[in-house]
Amino acid sequence: MKGITKFVIADILKNRIILFYALILGVFSWSIFSLEDNTSKGIMSLLNIILLTVPLVSIIFSNIYMYNSAEFIELLVSQPVKRSAIWTSLFIGLAIALNVSFLVGIGIPVLLFVPFMTGMTVIITGMLITTIFVSIAMLCSILMRDKARGIGFSIMIWLFLSLIYDGLVLFFMFQYADYPIEKPMAIFSALNPIDLARIQVLLQVDVAALMGYTGAIFKKMFGTMTGYLISLILMLLWIVIPFLISLKLFNKKDL
Amino acid sequence: MIELNNISKSFGKTQALKNVSMHLSAGKCFGLIGPNACGKTTIIKSILSMVVPSTGNILFDGKNIEGEVSYKNHIGYMPQIGRYPENMSIKQVIDMIRDIRAYQGIEDRELYDAFGIDQFGDKKMRTLSGGTTQKVSATLAFLFDPPVLILDEPTAGLDPISSELLREKIIKERQNGKLILITSHLLSELDDLLTDIIFMQEAEVLFNKSVVALFEETGEERVSKAVSKLLKIKRA
Repeated sequence: MKGITKFVIADILKNRIILFYALILGVFSWSIFSLEDNTSKGIMSLLNIILLTVPLVSIIFSNIYMYNSAEFIELLVSQPVKRSAIWTSLFIGLAIALNVSFLVGIGIPVLLFVPFMTGMTVIITGMLITTIFVSIAMLCSILMRDKARGIGFSIMIWLFLSLIYDGLVLFFMFQYADYPIEKPMAIFSALNPIDLARIQVLLQVDVAALMGYTGAIFKKMFGTMTGYLISLILMLLWIVIPFLISLKLFNKKDL
Repeated sequence: MIELNNISKSFGKTQALKNVSMHLSAGKCFGLIGPNACGKTTIIKSILSMVVPSTGNILFDGKNIEGEVSYKNHIGYMPQIGRYPENMSIKQVIDMIRDIRAYQGIEDRELYDAFGIDQFGDKKMRTLSGGTTQKVSATLAFLFDPPVLILDEPTAGLDPISSELLREKIIKERQNGKLILITSHLLSELDDLLTDIIFMQEAEVLFNKSVVALFEETGEERVSKAVSKLLKIKRA
């Protein structure tokens, strides 16, 4: 399994896209922090960029990589390697490669410009988001046999989670503004990994006004520490559950 | 060595295998033949657990292969159309398989040398012609000296010289007591390779006979003629 993971990482790093991704993230964060004196504001701008680009790149790149690895997977399955080892190696390889470029692009400047605790929260959140979308991409690639449909589907998921979902939540909020909707709202936001990531960082930065509706509810309901732990657990579930479903499907797949 | 018991498999609505049973023993060379889409490749893929049968079980050396992988150390597989990672060179592919197999014995480099793999070992897989890819597949199948060889249309796409090299190698390995399973629809190629013939039609085994018995029954001396004559008798 170690050998396969090593091979996958080497193969991805050979791909220039991943270096380009690190470079772009680096340009974003360095320019934000050099233009903005107020660190909190800087973090907010950076957070918006992270929450938009990181999921998109992670899900699309992983998805395309999975489809392009079809031959590789077929070759390995005919050899004495456990299917779960193949699938897990691909997941670990993709997650490591994407997380490393995130760390290079965002991690270094954040640690330089932002107070340590807040900086670490941003970095951990970004890494969780990266891994979550690798996991979702692997599930998409096994659900759809056709490459174009699979990539289209993963774009839809990204669009839904990062843009449409918030719109729907707002719509419900206005529709049912007269009712006590705090709890359903908190549950709604807990179901979306991108919302969770936003809440997690905002709980740390402590800019209540910018926290958005669901963030404020989270803080009110759970307080900073419990809220943070709950969102952390939920995000870990977002990694584990899609991956385990995809693994189960892959173990039964006909090649 | 390999036993298939009542294997059935369907892909959606099409039934690829219906209650197929067969017993493959060492030292023999089985020819799995039949028209297109009769389930030959599905049988091979089931043995390698690339396809999971809907019902039935497969035993390798008496052990059920379900959930097992180590038995694949004893199988050399040459796919019908070799599909390899495009960005890897031939040598990288071979090294990777070597790494996975962790084979301790002496490698069988006969085909490797005969095909001159060394000369184009640095070429990327995507640049290779169909025939060269087949050479790589054949080399990989024989390289780790496995007791079982599964060859899916081995000579399709190979030039006459390489094809002859491969035939000689197959005969040699059969004499070494290995179990060989070959699929092909070019029956003329299979003379003096096979010891047994398994004929499949519409996802079922029509007959499973030794070549000697087949010749006796039909009075023919060539596999292709004997098979077609037997089919006529069966239909009548």
